[in-house]
Amino acid sequence: MIEISNVSRSFDGAKTFAVRDLTLDVAEGETLVLLGSSGCGKTTTLRMINRLIDPTQGAIRVDGGNVMDRNPIELRRSIGYVFQGVGLFPHMTVAQNVSIVLRLEGAARSARRARALELLETVELPPDQYADRYPNELSGGQRQRVGVARALAADPKYLLMDEPFGALDALTRDTLQQEVLRLKSRLGKTIVFVTHDIFEALTLGDRIAVMHEGRLEQVGTAEQIAAQPASDFVAELFRRPARQLRVFQEHF
Amino acid sequence: MDRSLWEFILARWPELWEKTLEHLFHLTLPPLLIAIAVGVPLGILARRIRRLRGPVLSTLGLIQTLPSLALLALLLPLLGIGKANAIVALTLYALFPIAMNTAAGLASVNPAVLEAARGLGFTPRQRLWLVELPLALPVIVSGIRTAAVIDVGIATLATFISAGGLGDLIYRGIRMDDTRLTVLASLAAMTLAMIVFFSIGLVERALRRWTGPSNATQ
Repeated sequence: MIEISNVSRSFDGAKTFAVRDLTLDVAEGETLVLLGSSGCGKTTTLRMINRLIDPTQGAIRVDGGNVMDRNPIELRRSIGYVFQGVGLFPHMTVAQNVSIVLRLEGAARSARRARALELLETVELPPDQYADRYPNELSGGQRQRVGVARALAADPKYLLMDEPFGALDALTRDTLQQEVLRLKSRLGKTIVFVTHDIFEALTLGDRIAVMHEGRLEQVGTAEQIAAQPASDFVAELFRRPARQLRVFQEHF
Repeated sequence: MDRSLWEFILARWPELWEKTLEHLFHLTLPPLLIAIAVGVPLGILARRIRRLRGPVLSTLGLIQTLPSLALLALLLPLLGIGKANAIVALTLYALFPIAMNTAAGLASVNPAVLEAARGLGFTPRQRLWLVELPLALPVIVSGIRTAAVIDVGIATLATFISAGGLGDLIYRGIRMDDTRLTVLASLAAMTLAMIVFFSIGLVERALRRWTGPSNATQ
């Protein structure tokens, strides 16, 4: 369980806040989507969970312990992270990328290789075809599959995903979203997923936390939010895509 | 080719070969290796510690601007005549391109890749050895290449402090009014510089293929 209690983060000495007084829990095994437009504080929130950024105020607890009491290196290795820009290492093969965290921990070469092949199966990249390729030989969607496999390498309980599919075309994005759902039910990870795409949020989230200008506007299931939006902002956030969808349906 | 010129070359060949090897293995290579051992850490330092960047790089750059003959002479009271003096001077000249390119190579690593390394739990040391240095390597090697070519050229002046090399033959040709000898030894020095330039260039190209196109890969 991840507990975020009264967390604020300022980057300019408390003049303005990227995240302000945020309180939010992520339950065991659920996928919580942080939804909001750019600059709303969703990525900052995500990065505070594994201490890429430290909170200015408040506390974040992972499995009951304050993250500030943990060694950041060890904390990050225990939490899977999928990056917006993917960030694969261009000089390492796919298999080396996938198993890099095991290498950091000093695992034997053969064990790393075996785990990498297993994970490539998991993300549906046939290992005999992809294990020894380099990232620049892959498509965007394939790269992000490798990014997901890499995050799973140390079998972390938690997975943080920072707009991982934002740069992909709609079809590839849909395929990968289905993939995440499949992985989730199979592997039982607790996932915090950041996106600005409401349809992605609806597809993936057990619960959705809507953020706006550093604050949490509302958190709940899609049904709860749609039935009782807590603010005009949230209501409009859901109304607009519904309108667009109606226009779309008139044409097709 | 003129028969007497051919005979001249044949007669000088053993000495020319010997001086070329001396030039490469005794005058160019040792200072280059020392400059790599010192310059790469200096470049890392310059990249890591913002406060040191200016002073380190401008000091090395300043050394670079010292006229080489003057530097050899300035080191005389400290190191006397001979190879040690030449090796110190040539090391100093090789430092700047190597340290500079190391700092520039590290700066050119894609920030998204560094961010990923941080987020995955690399220690700073692991990040340096497993990500930053390998990705900066083509640029670092390019600096080594520049340094090597500079040193092959400047090493011809080592003869003035009795440190040997192809400069011996060039200078002897000048003193004895033997233009053919001067030209022959100069051509040898130029050929050596070109061989060094192209062979290190091949290494650089192979490294670039490995680290990916301009390192911009996701």
